[in-house]
Amino acid sequence: MSGYAADVAALARKDLLLELRSRDTLPAMLLFVVSALTVFRFALPAGSSARAETGLLWIAIVFTALLGLGRAFAAEREEGALDGLVLAPCDRSAIWLGKTIGVTAFLVLAELVALPAFALFFHPLSWELVVAVALADVGIAAIGTLLAALAAASRARELLLPLMFLPLVVPVVIGGVGASVAVNPASFLGFLGLYDAVFVILCWASFEYVVTE
Amino acid sequence: MIRAQSLSKRFGDKRVLDGLDLAVPRGGFVLVTGPNGSGKTTLLRLCAGLAAPTDGELEVDTPRGAIGFLGHEPLLYRELTALENLDLYGRLYRLPERRERSGAMLERFGLWRARNERAGTFSRGMMQRLALCRTFLHEPDLLLLDEPFDGLDAEGAELLHAELVERTATALVATHDPEALARRATARIALA
Repeated sequence: MSGYAADVAALARKDLLLELRSRDTLPAMLLFVVSALTVFRFALPAGSSARAETGLLWIAIVFTALLGLGRAFAAEREEGALDGLVLAPCDRSAIWLGKTIGVTAFLVLAELVALPAFALFFHPLSWELVVAVALADVGIAAIGTLLAALAAASRARELLLPLMFLPLVVPVVIGGVGASVAVNPASFLGFLGLYDAVFVILCWASFEYVVTE
Repeated sequence: MIRAQSLSKRFGDKRVLDGLDLAVPRGGFVLVTGPNGSGKTTLLRLCAGLAAPTDGELEVDTPRGAIGFLGHEPLLYRELTALENLDLYGRLYRLPERRERSGAMLERFGLWRARNERAGTFSRGMMQRLALCRTFLHEPDLLLLDEPFDGLDAEGAELLHAELVERTATALVATHDPEALARRATARIALA
């Protein structure tokens, strides 16, 4: 394994181990997404369109991700560990990539519960929806991790993160809903893929400037 | 080597360092003293590259991987054990035989028996010892230590003193108790 990949693997492994021990983030994400879908199930009038139902699923996914992102750098904040990582001789983008992998893993685990719950409450899952969710996870985790690092340095982090994150993931919701209900989902899936590519490159390249003054 | 010229740092309207000139030669051991708020911690963070100067010039000729930084916080993970914390840093610093080194460091600072305990369960003094293990793990060429004796008991202070006497690395040490390292020091700077 190359040095860069080994650094990313060590950092991602550390995040998964921390969550396994503390169980701070994932249970909250699971509880939130199931509760949200349950509320939507009873709030939505009978005979609602597939677009409305799918839209609510995407809202649940985005806010579940936001919940996880709010805790993404909690362990680093506690004892100043982010300074320790920044001082290490590894490429600083490896810190972002390791954290993004951890965030993606938590999001996927939450969706492994959310998607069957959605199918149970609303309508069966289509392959387009599953692919769209998978593509959206990458973009959400990439931009969300960068913004979580930015917000972590601020005292108003609980306010700052949603304010920065939500406007930037509006395209994900548009692409995700479009891919799930459109007759031709390919263009929406392509749009989500493009969103991922643009934001992964941007976040990877700019993380160094986010964690240094 | 560290060289600073007219170094200033402001946080908003507050000027913490104002036109500081400093030269620490290779192998020098410099004590930084001064009252609370005089900029000792800020100076160390600037030298470590964790903060950027507002004005002036700062030259540190040591690559970041060869800096050993001890701050007010231990820079550790509370949910990882002592050994896991050092192992993580050992990986990121790409240390050969990192497990052996981590074990030896824990033994040197009297934490071997607590190696598999989570850092979050440690007392203040044990956490400081573990932070010292992390600081010295990669055999740094430049030591930036902020109140290194903080929280240590007499035995811990003795271990640290022996460690600092033994090492030949360049060092900038912020302290309220300069007498503890008076013999080792090559120079002192008093910040106002």
